[in-house]
Amino acid sequence: MAGSGGLLPRALRARGVSRREFVKFCELMVATLALPTRYVSAVEKTFSQTIRPVLVWLEFQDCAGNTESMLRTSNPTVAEFVLELLSWEYHETIMAGAGKQAEEALERVVREHKGEYIAVVEGAIPTADDGVYCTIAGKTALQIATHVCTNSAANIAVGACAWDGGLVRANPNPTGAVGLQEAVPGVQVVNLGGCPHNPANTAAVLTHYLTFHQMPALDQYNRPLFAYGNLIHDQCERRAHYDAGRFVEEWGDEGHRKGYCLYKMGCKGPEATYNCPTVRWNDGTSWPVKAGHGCIACASHRFWDTKSPFYKRLPSVPGFGVDVTADEIGWVATGAVAAAMVAQVAGNFVRDQIRPTKAGNEVTKPPESHEA
Amino acid sequence: MARIVVDPVTRIEGHLRIEAQVEGGKIAEAWSSGTMFRGIELILRGRDPREAWIWAQRICGVCTMVHALASVNAVEDALGIEVPDNARLVRNIIAATQTVQDHVLHFYLLHALDCVDIVSALKADPAKTSQLAQSISDWPLSSAKYFKGIQDRVSALVASKQLSLFGAGYWGHPAYHLPPEANLMAVAHYLEALTFQREFIRIHAVLGGKNPHLQTFLVGGMATAMDPNEPGATINPERMDFLLQVAKSAIAFVNQVYIPDVLAVAGFYRDWFELGAGVGNYMSYGGYPQGSIKDPANFFLPRGIILNRDLSKVHPVDPANVTEYVTHSWYEYSGGDQVAKHPYEGETNPKYSGPKPPYEFLEVDQKYSWLKAPRYQDQPMEVGPLARLLVAYSSGQQDVKALVDATLAKLKAPPAALFSTLGRVAARALETQLLASRLTSWIEQLRDNLASGNVRIHNGEKWDPNSWPKTAQGFGFFEAPRGSLGHWVEIEDQVIKNYQAVVPSTWNAGPRDARGQQGPYEAALVKTPIAEPERPLELLRTIHSFDPCLACAVHVVDARGRLYARAEA
Repeated sequence: MAGSGGLLPRALRARGVSRREFVKFCELMVATLALPTRYVSAVEKTFSQTIRPVLVWLEFQDCAGNTESMLRTSNPTVAEFVLELLSWEYHETIMAGAGKQAEEALERVVREHKGEYIAVVEGAIPTADDGVYCTIAGKTALQIATHVCTNSAANIAVGACAWDGGLVRANPNPTGAVGLQEAVPGVQVVNLGGCPHNPANTAAVLTHYLTFHQMPALDQYNRPLFAYGNLIHDQCERRAHYDAGRFVEEWGDEGHRKGYCLYKMGCKGPEATYNCPTVRWNDGTSWPVKAGHGCIACASHRFWDTKSPFYKRLPSVPGFGVDVTADEIGWVATGAVAAAMVAQVAGNFVRDQIRPTKAGNEVTKPPESHEA
Repeated sequence: MARIVVDPVTRIEGHLRIEAQVEGGKIAEAWSSGTMFRGIELILRGRDPREAWIWAQRICGVCTMVHALASVNAVEDALGIEVPDNARLVRNIIAATQTVQDHVLHFYLLHALDCVDIVSALKADPAKTSQLAQSISDWPLSSAKYFKGIQDRVSALVASKQLSLFGAGYWGHPAYHLPPEANLMAVAHYLEALTFQREFIRIHAVLGGKNPHLQTFLVGGMATAMDPNEPGATINPERMDFLLQVAKSAIAFVNQVYIPDVLAVAGFYRDWFELGAGVGNYMSYGGYPQGSIKDPANFFLPRGIILNRDLSKVHPVDPANVTEYVTHSWYEYSGGDQVAKHPYEGETNPKYSGPKPPYEFLEVDQKYSWLKAPRYQDQPMEVGPLARLLVAYSSGQQDVKALVDATLAKLKAPPAALFSTLGRVAARALETQLLASRLTSWIEQLRDNLASGNVRIHNGEKWDPNSWPKTAQGFGFFEAPRGSLGHWVEIEDQVIKNYQAVVPSTWNAGPRDARGQQGPYEAALVKTPIAEPERPLELLRTIHSFDPCLACAVHVVDARGRLYARAEA
């Protein structure tokens, strides 16, 4: 019976979590992914598998902010990921072994699970001066990324740095830093931009992959559409104030206290896509605009250079002002993204091929398209 | 005699490599190397100083916000801005939350596995574990059934033969001393700490939108609008109640789980009160202003220096006495690498001269790290919770003195026992206890201000860059979880001309200087026993006691604005 044999259902039962609650949790995953509800049972089955897929998490020119963000995931929790859903065999910041034992663990995964494991990458990869700006166990980040990410089943770049080089790559890019897909040409990468990545999205992507053995539908930057397909401005809880022309004029003024729109304080929401306002952060507690500061478009491509200065009101484009409708602004900013999205959804664009696991766990087919 | 290499040193932030010479079962000499460089200060040049904090915060995602705070402090110092009292309180609340969360996470997730053998927990009797837990604390999660559930979870993991993060551990190592029941209790608390850190940090989400990398600081104050009657205000009565409730849950976890666990573990590892002392000099810039930031006398954690383990005297801190060496670092100074330079007169010309990767060993008699070697009056300094606690203790800070004396009495140890690996562990725990308690009082003060209609959160007098002088420069100090942090900014024509961060882990993890003096990590490792050179668990135990944060540590800038020259081979 689905939901009975795997480590997670057992562990949940031992903690007094009912089957009903477990199913509810599977439903939440399906909702985050914007999948039809008929996929709940497939997700449930995935979480009940007895042999767990292997994951390795590599850190290069990073701040460990994406690791920290992952520790804040609640559906599933990081403990459930690590103990019951996956075999999380390498992750410098949190693994038990060090040095030689750690390196052997990584090497064993590449050798024994070739073509089957998931590689998550955090941080940029320096390419200047033969990569001497980041070495681990005497090897450069580039050597390690090439070795690990060309032998994996799937690669996930978490955070801005692993996606496009992020802050490390910002002008003048002292170390020649780039993101994973540029550093290792030819590898398939799913990019989860953001500074940091939102662990709710990462959990959903992992769930999707574990369930269907494929990545969800992606946009032209290889970002999942369910997370990066919509404009922040269109999902923003301060949007009604924008439409009514009510703005924060100075920090701490009456408008700020009443939760008015932050556009004049430099908010980049009108030209940034992300599901930040709906998924939010830290168990759905809040997100930056709700907490009173403008969006910095941290999930946008090369945002450090392209979206700063962060306190400058968005550049005035013809017709762009408080009297213009937000839909027009949105179209200007996201025309390319929207066009790509339509093409990809219509064409059932899914990048990764089905890869059966060694365990031969049964694979459920993914939806024909990602209808919500 | 054997050379051992630990690279990567895991369960830390960043990329650290330790090489050590082992003789007669003990470390004779050790070398600490930071193996990653980004150059964030260089990236900051030419940008708006009001947003420097957004960039600088990304120096570290573990001690997120500490660089944001040091950065706004520096810019406010440069522009002569005093922040409203509410902003000071919100900053203290955010910083104390950070430190409490970070310390708990460090002890359980990053450090505990040096003393806790997870596999041994399978042999524990859950009933006896329950007795043990109830004998040291009244924490409610302590039934035999509860521990049996935890044991079953570990047992299922081991039976699956996929040990996940725990597969490469040192289980069964002779340096593990806890009985199975204590190991099982610690595993349970490891998992509880994972839940605690996630729930407690929601304070940051309320005030900063998210954690890590909060988005709420402003030069001149905070973006947390306050209003007693507006549901749209970041700080309103309902949210204050929530913050207070979460903060109180931290007091419970720290007092009933973290502190009893540290005392229990210390009882089984008493020999580590004799090991890992290090350089014996301790420095704190001080932090958590309870009035103007201009006056360190009102700081909750005082400023000062302890020299040569002499607790009878606290020396003043003068930033003019800070210098940095690059004798053993992958940089060049124009006047030669034997001379130290004050950071403000320093230069940064990265020039990698180490072995070509992939390599087996570093050339430790030459240059071997991306970290510089900071010195105070030519002396290496240890920074961090132990340094802060010792400075506060010797300064006669009453809260600290009472707590330290009571703890030492419980452990039947003299104050000198604090100069050790275990001393660092204990100091971190005690600081957590002090800050968790202080956190609630700061939230209460903020709540009282809100109730009384005092809602001023930002000083906007200098927000417009046109109000700034043509040139300005300033310092921002803060005591981050891992120690003394300083940011320095020079502004010209409304943009950053120069930026520099002098960071805690650089003090602790830096290499030797021109005189061959070891850095604190290097000194602390000397005489550490190594039972099995192939599995150097004891080395990790001492290194982790410093709570390394290497992304923070590699920070450099040419303060005089010389062009950055990439090493051309």
